[in-house]
Amino acid sequence: MSTGVETSPGVARDAGPTAEEPVLEVRNLSVDYGFGDDPTHVLREVSLTLRRGEVLGLAGESGCGKSTLAYAATRLLPPPGLITGGEVWLTGRDGERADLLALSDAELRAARWRDIAIVFQGAMSSLNPVFRVEKQLIDGILAHRPRMGRAEARERAAELLRLVGISADRLRAYPHQLSGGMRQRVMIAMALALEPQVLIMDEPTTALDVVMQRQILEQVMELRERLGFSVVLITHDVSLLVEVADRIAVMYAGEIVETAPARDVYQRPRHPYSAGLLGSFPPLHGPRRELAGIPGAPPDLSQREPGCPFAPRCPHVMDVCRTELPVLGRTAQAEEARLVACHLHTSLSAGEKLPDLVAR
Amino acid sequence: MRFLLRRVVFYALTAWAAITINFFIPRMLPGDPVTALLGRMQGRIDSNAEHSLRVLFGLDQDTSMWQQYLDYWGLLLRGDLGLSFTHFPTPVADIVSQSLPWTVGLVGVATIIAFVIGSLIGTFLGWRRGTWADGLLPVATFFQAVPYFWLGLITIAVLSVNLGWFPSSGSYDRGLVPAFSGEFIGSVVYYGFLPALTVVLSSVAGWVLGMRNMMVTVSSEDYVTVAHAKGLPERQVMLGYAARNAVLPQVSSFALSLGFVVGGTLIMEMVFSYQGIGYTLYQAVSTHDYPLMQGCFLVITLSVLVANMVADLAYALLDPRTRTEDR
Repeated sequence: MSTGVETSPGVARDAGPTAEEPVLEVRNLSVDYGFGDDPTHVLREVSLTLRRGEVLGLAGESGCGKSTLAYAATRLLPPPGLITGGEVWLTGRDGERADLLALSDAELRAARWRDIAIVFQGAMSSLNPVFRVEKQLIDGILAHRPRMGRAEARERAAELLRLVGISADRLRAYPHQLSGGMRQRVMIAMALALEPQVLIMDEPTTALDVVMQRQILEQVMELRERLGFSVVLITHDVSLLVEVADRIAVMYAGEIVETAPARDVYQRPRHPYSAGLLGSFPPLHGPRRELAGIPGAPPDLSQREPGCPFAPRCPHVMDVCRTELPVLGRTAQAEEARLVACHLHTSLSAGEKLPDLVAR
Repeated sequence: MRFLLRRVVFYALTAWAAITINFFIPRMLPGDPVTALLGRMQGRIDSNAEHSLRVLFGLDQDTSMWQQYLDYWGLLLRGDLGLSFTHFPTPVADIVSQSLPWTVGLVGVATIIAFVIGSLIGTFLGWRRGTWADGLLPVATFFQAVPYFWLGLITIAVLSVNLGWFPSSGSYDRGLVPAFSGEFIGSVVYYGFLPALTVVLSSVAGWVLGMRNMMVTVSSEDYVTVAHAKGLPERQVMLGYAARNAVLPQVSSFALSLGFVVGGTLIMEMVFSYQGIGYTLYQAVSTHDYPLMQGCFLVITLSVLVANMVADLAYALLDPRTRTEDR
């Protein structure tokens, strides 16, 4: 099923221990919106690795490309979105690797849901309003396991609902008869139907109230312990990620600006944008502090300036930031598991002094 | 069941209102049938006969409008629609029941065909939006914009006058005796083909455009993306998820258009001299034939109501959200 030759590992720049094998590897993924001469570059050479059993948090402001990354990696990007380059390597259960972007339509269809399942933002609109929950759970199962009988599939659907804490008699319900929280649970149950290796959750709890958000996420994390799938959790809520994610990737203007273990990002954010993002959420522990927003607004992606996209808003901006685009690399502190795209860290030698905020 | 009962009561009330209005409107038209009849006969009837005609039509009695209204209901409930003035003394019920099957058969079948073909084409065009398929849209818009009578005349000119493939008027070969024989039915189909073709051609575009636009809207719904993400076969996503939801508004306009089948085909029946209810109504209006007019209006009103009711029920069947819970 593998459709490509392994490229050299140096292409994807990602730090961290390599003991656990990557289950999903995004390499240099680029996405444009709009055709013709002047497309908007929404993703620029994004690389990201999800290791088996890991929860990877993807954080960033609205419009930074988080969802586009999820859609592009699964080839669900609607027009005028266009993948202009990159690879998405998925390691199968048998250890075979395949580039999702190079699969034929039939192969892609077979891999979807079986290997990668997605839970989308809109809990309210993700279910087909005219079909019963049962039918929608079953058709996905039967599409991949045509030899399974209808009765068996129905049994499996009931089991899935119980898994997310919904009683099996709701199988006969239509989506409009369920609450928002129940619908999102049904979506999660549906996503787990074929025991996928990777579950991508695109702001799965945005439309729900805070209590429900917590319940659902705790449930997903519990299921992950039991079933052993890996999770990509996309959200703008960094404090939530700090709690549930193993690693966090921070995105800004279509690029990943920092990846590090969750605890490191929380305690010692290296990129000024990560620091700003954390400063705009109430801290989880310790004394209360003044919340600070990040001044300015995200750049217009259709009119790229040279240099670091965060430069106009950055409190530590230097001359080099306005002319040269920083690339993802190790910090001067030589932290194993961290990559940062910031001139503060990459252009200084180890002995020089860093601004307080990013040098803790 | 409560849902059904509520709908039935609603439609009964609507029918009462419609029949009542139907009763009063012809009586407000200027002119009177006797004068019209005398005028049509162009002096062949002695003007002294005017009074006897009035007696004959029952127009001499000075009954109040209210009394007439009550009498009307009494007769209506017995299925008596009165006698036609122009086709005197044929009962209106006979005239209506003779012309109705022709209209319903021809236009009904044509409407169903147009709906099915149009929705299928629309499904396909909507699914393949942004490709060469969009090039078919101007063609659809053209057929939607063409005035019906012109389309009818052109088809007659080309297919029956020049090529001689189809008869230009009538509903069956007058040499045949109406019977349930293969020959007669074949003749009806042969004569009906051309008018049906024009009805389909002029209405199919509306279904295509409506369905295509709904498909485009529905295709960007989250549940369609989810269906793709689930790895369902494309056909299943297109028909089961996108088209299944896109067809809902189509179904209600289809039921409404079935209601207008009976009343809205006047031009077709005139262009093709087809003996349907539209043509009968036209004659009735131009000769102040109150009973026939009322009979036609009644049938048209009732058919629109029935179609509406069918639309309601079909919608309830297709869309679970409109069903009220019976607990």
